[in-house]
Amino acid sequence: MWAKTKRVIQSGFVNFWRNGSISLSAVLMMIIALFVISSVLFVGALLTSALNQIKDKVDINVYFVTTAQESDILSLQKTLQAMPEVKSVDYVSSDQALQDFKDRHVNDQSTLQALSELDKNPLGAVLNIKAQDPSQYESIAGFLQGKNFISRDGTPIVESVNYAKNKVAIDRLTAIIASSQELGFVVTLLLVLLSILITFNTIRLVIYMSREEISVMKLVGASNMFVRGPFVVTGVMYGLVAALFTVIVLYPIMYYTHNFTLAFAGIDLLQYYLRHFGEIFVLLLGSGVLIGGVSSFLAVKRYLKV
Amino acid sequence: MIHFDKVTKIYADDSKALDEVTFSIEPKEFVSIVGHSGAGKTTLLKMLMAEEEPTSGKVFFGSTNIHKVKRGELNMLRRRMGAIFQDFRLLSKKNVYENIAFAMEAAGCPQSEIETDVPHVLELVDLSKKIWNFPHELSGGEKQRVAIARAIVTQPDIIIADEPTGNLDPMNTYEIVQILKKINDLGTTVILTTHNKGVIDSLKRRVITMENGKIIRDDKEGKYNL
Repeated sequence: MWAKTKRVIQSGFVNFWRNGSISLSAVLMMIIALFVISSVLFVGALLTSALNQIKDKVDINVYFVTTAQESDILSLQKTLQAMPEVKSVDYVSSDQALQDFKDRHVNDQSTLQALSELDKNPLGAVLNIKAQDPSQYESIAGFLQGKNFISRDGTPIVESVNYAKNKVAIDRLTAIIASSQELGFVVTLLLVLLSILITFNTIRLVIYMSREEISVMKLVGASNMFVRGPFVVTGVMYGLVAALFTVIVLYPIMYYTHNFTLAFAGIDLLQYYLRHFGEIFVLLLGSGVLIGGVSSFLAVKRYLKV
Repeated sequence: MIHFDKVTKIYADDSKALDEVTFSIEPKEFVSIVGHSGAGKTTLLKMLMAEEEPTSGKVFFGSTNIHKVKRGELNMLRRRMGAIFQDFRLLSKKNVYENIAFAMEAAGCPQSEIETDVPHVLELVDLSKKIWNFPHELSGGEKQRVAIARAIVTQPDIIIADEPTGNLDPMNTYEIVQILKKINDLGTTVILTTHNKGVIDSLKRRVITMENGKIIRDDKEGKYNL
């Protein structure tokens, strides 16, 4: 049994080597398929990072009256932080709000002048609330509007909550994120299927060219396994070589694009590639070997009926 | 050893390749089958190799009905037959040694046996010098000698040669026929189909003549008579 297995493996290797140009074309097709599979991975990471960046820009701001006590605001911050939907609550004191305002209008002398003529700070403190997920802003806003926050002396401390203003934008963003993720999944699936199909057809063509030899092998008395085995080994070799080539070529591609991806989507794909190298390598190797092996196995089948 | 029992083969286009063919071949016989193109010679051999199924009738190899053998077990039966074809059908990506070794490897022979038998059989067909050449580096006669070496290396019970000299010049034809005779003298049954009158007449062995899928003559020491 071992002797036969050894012969099958050896024969597969020899076929791969001696069929030079045919092996090369099969490997090239496989490389394209593996590039599609890996690009799906990188586009996914890029999209997730870009969406996270956008998600991060969305928040609810609770504006407090200028007379609100810091201790009341901080206790509300604590209550909000305890909610499972809430990711973070940043407190901006009225002094900080004033400073931020000044910084924003540093070139706008008339506004700054108008501000300096006021005898006290007109800006109240603000709580910036970020939800775990954009769809959860509604319930956070509901919580804020459902309660009357009052200070110990009975005066309301919240001046306004800007959720209603942001609602349309938030809703639209939530919808875009959901549908882009769905669309991404469908497109991914289609691309992967297509590339697998093209590779399968290339391997089928390669084996079609050997159909005469397959029938001779059968007539000489070879079993199906003995005829098929070397083709499957050769198919696995296509996957192996293509996977190795793909991971090597991905490095310079990531190297030359990492500044662009960092600026565009806030993710350094080179770092991402190096951090996930093991998983990417196993994924490409596994896909290549599986596509090559299974394609060859299926393609030989029809010529074995001699 | 081989028995065709009322074998008829009708192809999908209604053409009758074999028409109730009945004959037997005894062990160690050298039988030539002659006939015009389309007479049914190749179909007959394909039946024997189980490449084709008869429309009706039975083909026996020993006591085995060839067409009742399961597909998965056909290879065991085929290892008892050595096939030689007009177009040689060597494996183009394997060299001479590997082409011959393939038949032994397929039969599960141990490596040591392969390493001694392949050079030996190549000596028999006088091709020892071309052991590492690839088929495209050989002449027609040399290719056919490799094919014969491949066919006999597993010591089959029968050699089936389908017009083995069809693509060869007279000199190579003579040599191939001499090799087949030698194989037969060593005790292997040989079935040969051919168009070559000279070959048949020089052999002085049994000749089955076919026409339109029927056997019209079966002579113990026949001549080419068409």
